[in-house]
Amino acid sequence: MAEEKKEEFWRWTESNWNNPDIDWKNSKFITVGIDVGSVSSQSVIMTDGKIFAYSNMRTGSDSPDSARNALKYALEATDMPEDRMDYCIGTGYGRVNVPFADRSITEIACHARGANFIYGSKVRTVLDVGGQDIKAIQCDEKGKVTNFLMNDKCAAGTGRGMEVFSDLLGVPINEVGDRSFEFKGEEPAAVSSTCVVYAKSEATGLLRKGWTKEEVLAAYCKAMAERIYSLVERVGVQPEFAVTGGMAKNRGVMERVMPMIGLERMKTEWDTQIAGAAGAALFGYALCQKGKGRKK
Amino acid sequence: MLANYGYKDASGDFFITIDTDKCDGCGDCVEACPVDVFEVVDEDPNDPLRDEPVAMIAGDKKKKLKYECNPCKPPSNRPPLPCTEACEADAISHSW
Repeated sequence: MAEEKKEEFWRWTESNWNNPDIDWKNSKFITVGIDVGSVSSQSVIMTDGKIFAYSNMRTGSDSPDSARNALKYALEATDMPEDRMDYCIGTGYGRVNVPFADRSITEIACHARGANFIYGSKVRTVLDVGGQDIKAIQCDEKGKVTNFLMNDKCAAGTGRGMEVFSDLLGVPINEVGDRSFEFKGEEPAAVSSTCVVYAKSEATGLLRKGWTKEEVLAAYCKAMAERIYSLVERVGVQPEFAVTGGMAKNRGVMERVMPMIGLERMKTEWDTQIAGAAGAALFGYALCQKGKGRKK
Repeated sequence: MLANYGYKDASGDFFITIDTDKCDGCGDCVEACPVDVFEVVDEDPNDPLRDEPVAMIAGDKKKKLKYECNPCKPPSNRPPLPCTEACEADAISHSW
């Protein structure tokens, strides 16, 4: 029997990073934020409120394991022992399943705080497009939430929806953004089905009609942009505008949604997926500074 | 903070907004709601540095507000909603 060939186009690259300029031995508080999301898990290690190391991985079927792996992967980039950490906060869907966390905080509070850190204090609107939900958040100059909305009922307009399409079309997920602009002539109309399951069968129909993969991607990216815009609109948009989560890396969606919003999105050197974990680590740092850290 | 609980799907927008700056966690909405959509928690999970009690939407109701709230929302001659009536601080609003 022929060997089954199976490629997983949705798989994105895992990564870890360490700041070589920081010596953890000289720091007072080392705090860790673990964001166990529906699709990806991140851990951020902070030394006195600065990012020392981070990791970004896929979430497995077991939340405690995903949390442990994420921390281990970040520590691998450093020479710091695990027991050196002073405080650990879990966030994201699996936040209550982080075995070594001192407490958990919702991802809404953490994303606002994290975006405030990685994009700077001018951020007023944060859009987080995660694996399984969309969050639109307004925050003040300290990263405190003033208005938020989260849609986690429906996968339409989320990262998971995009993964389904990348698999259907056989286009690696990190090429989706560029490929969605490689069509000839006019930009195709958006996929009309809201539901990912129906959108997928609509796309199959379009392919049968002779549409190219690029045209289908363009139509889906556009549909996703419209979907995201309708949620952001409800919360309201104030400049500056920042995007966190994996979808910030997809220019196919981002370059279609920003003209609807009418703003430029802020730029950052950081991995946009670590915002939640960074926010959690910052909350940990704030608690330690207030003397509300771990009792020893 | 304006906390919007609910969802948007192909059939519309279904959000209940609680203004946590107005809400004092008195729990009148919990009493008033016939289907227990509200609950009062000691600490706002979305605002970890605030320590006062606050009302929010119960976790198991968040994704089915359209159906849970339906009995209070007849298509015609809609009476005032018990939750918004009960809230003296005027902290609750519905999007639909």
